[in-house]
Amino acid sequence: MSFFRLDRVAAFGVVAVVIAILPAFLPSYGSFELTYVAAYAIAILGLIILTGKNGQISLGHGAFIAIGGYAVAILATHAGVPYWIGIPAAGIISGLVGIAIGIVALRLEGVYLALATFALAVSVPSLLKRFSGLTGGVGGISLTPIAAPAGVPIDAERWFYYVAWAIAGVLFILTALLLEGRLGRSLRALRDNEIAAISFGVNPHFYKTLAFAWSAAYAGIAGALIAIATAFVSPDSYGFNLSITVLVGAVLGGLESLWGAVLGGLVVEFLPLWAQRINEAAPSVVYGVALVAVMLLMPGGLAGGILRLFRRTRPEASAPGATTHADSSVVAVPVQPVE
Amino acid sequence: MQELPQQIVSGLATGSIYASVALALVLIYRSMGVINFAQGEMAMFTTFIAWQLIQLGMPVWAAFGTTIVIAFLGAIALERVVIRPVERASQLTVVIVTLGLLIVFNGLAGFIWGYVIKTFPSPFPTTPITIGGASFNSQDLGIIGVSLASLGLISLFFAKTKVGLAMRAAALYPDQSRVLGIRVSWMLALGWGLAAVVGAISGMMVAPVVFLDPNMMQGIVVYAFAGAVLGGIESPIGAVVGGLVLGVALNLLGTYVEFIGNDLRLPAAFLIIVVVLLVRPAGLFGHVHVRRV
Repeated sequence: MSFFRLDRVAAFGVVAVVIAILPAFLPSYGSFELTYVAAYAIAILGLIILTGKNGQISLGHGAFIAIGGYAVAILATHAGVPYWIGIPAAGIISGLVGIAIGIVALRLEGVYLALATFALAVSVPSLLKRFSGLTGGVGGISLTPIAAPAGVPIDAERWFYYVAWAIAGVLFILTALLLEGRLGRSLRALRDNEIAAISFGVNPHFYKTLAFAWSAAYAGIAGALIAIATAFVSPDSYGFNLSITVLVGAVLGGLESLWGAVLGGLVVEFLPLWAQRINEAAPSVVYGVALVAVMLLMPGGLAGGILRLFRRTRPEASAPGATTHADSSVVAVPVQPVE
Repeated sequence: MQELPQQIVSGLATGSIYASVALALVLIYRSMGVINFAQGEMAMFTTFIAWQLIQLGMPVWAAFGTTIVIAFLGAIALERVVIRPVERASQLTVVIVTLGLLIVFNGLAGFIWGYVIKTFPSPFPTTPITIGGASFNSQDLGIIGVSLASLGLISLFFAKTKVGLAMRAAALYPDQSRVLGIRVSWMLALGWGLAAVVGAISGMMVAPVVFLDPNMMQGIVVYAFAGAVLGGIESPIGAVVGGLVLGVALNLLGTYVEFIGNDLRLPAAFLIIVVVLLVRPAGLFGHVHVRRV
């Protein structure tokens, strides 16, 4: 299994160590910001599975983040469910909704799926406002702020930082393992040539729905983490902009490599904070220009660009297995029209 | 019983806005097979240009004319610079590029003009017109008139002019058209220009009603999607009929069905998109494509 190749394990180890020691060098607000990076990275990881590996477009992942956030909030306030159950429950609930949307998505190809998920993304806030008995309406729901368990000598921000990154790390390894095997191969085969994949015995309905549910579950977990970190959920924070944020993160980070999720998370957390200093509207302009520029100039995103740089400097790493993986990015290979 | 005809007319007014934006989407979809997610934001941006011209002292109708020219030329330039390089790329690439344009235009409008809601002067009189006991908002009637007139001009252009014919040929048979000496790529750019003109008109018509701000078109473009899908995303007539039907239906549903009200109009549009695509993907007026695999 090439997952256990030394360079991959080493890279993962280095990143894990950096993440583990970082809070010691940062103020607690820094850890708080990096908690959001972990949450965004999880959501983007989901979008990489769906769009990068399976070729299905979703412009509506903000909806699943909303489901996850509201699931953990409603479970906690209405039923007193603790967060450590609420977070996986949010993933499961969002994943179940993902199955439903995924079944619909089976019949919608390419641009139609983009259209439908776009409309879904835009209509989330009004849905949340309409059913105010459960969602608290425009006022939203306040959550109890998380605290570090008794006996753990760190503050709440740092504690939740470790929780979020531990979840992100587990999901990252799980994703890498699953994508390495039959499941990942089937998803990629359906992306690259659906008819050929079907004739090799890949069940398109099963795998495409699974990809949607899998991806939605990750977005739900991310939503739960964001909701707990903010200690508040409200309809207008789950609008179209959130869906765009996740998509921007996935495209800029890179749809072809799982590392793109971490890079994308960093970008969408810190780029707007930086751009906001120029002007209130500057983050949108920067996002938009970056999206267009990446698509025109660097379709592999940041992760793709960095990987390519590495392979250029170390020719021995460009073994056949390594390059075909990177080169078969969904954005670089045009969808074959079937006459 | 005077409320119902009034509601229908005001539904037709919003519907003709949806119809215009839907037609703009269809114009581009027919020629390139892509949906321009930035269509609404382009309309919003050109409406801001019109507002700026009026602020600088230009008469309202002159500002409208100037804006239409700017929209036409600007969209052609945009197509040449941004869309042309991805003309042959995958759908995902084009979708993401047009989404990028959506965010850019939204951000630029906020950057230049800010997020404070602005009033936009209406070119129509404010006195209501009374027909048979029911009084109609003359602004509604004006919107319907201008929108339908511009849609009629577009269809005349495609049916009766040589350029219109060339554009249709380039969309349907690009390779054969190229052999006949039609510059297919420029026809696509021209399509973007025309779509932007239709969009600009709809933006300037709707701005006096919903007020002008950078997020003005976000909801409208979803209704336009729904209208285009309902009518059949490849059919210009379908887009117009779909937009009008949707405008009236949503207005009546929002007014008379308490469960839907104002909040559930957008989700209803989403539901219409999904149901139409599932049950009858070609829409009311589209052709069913049979593919050999």
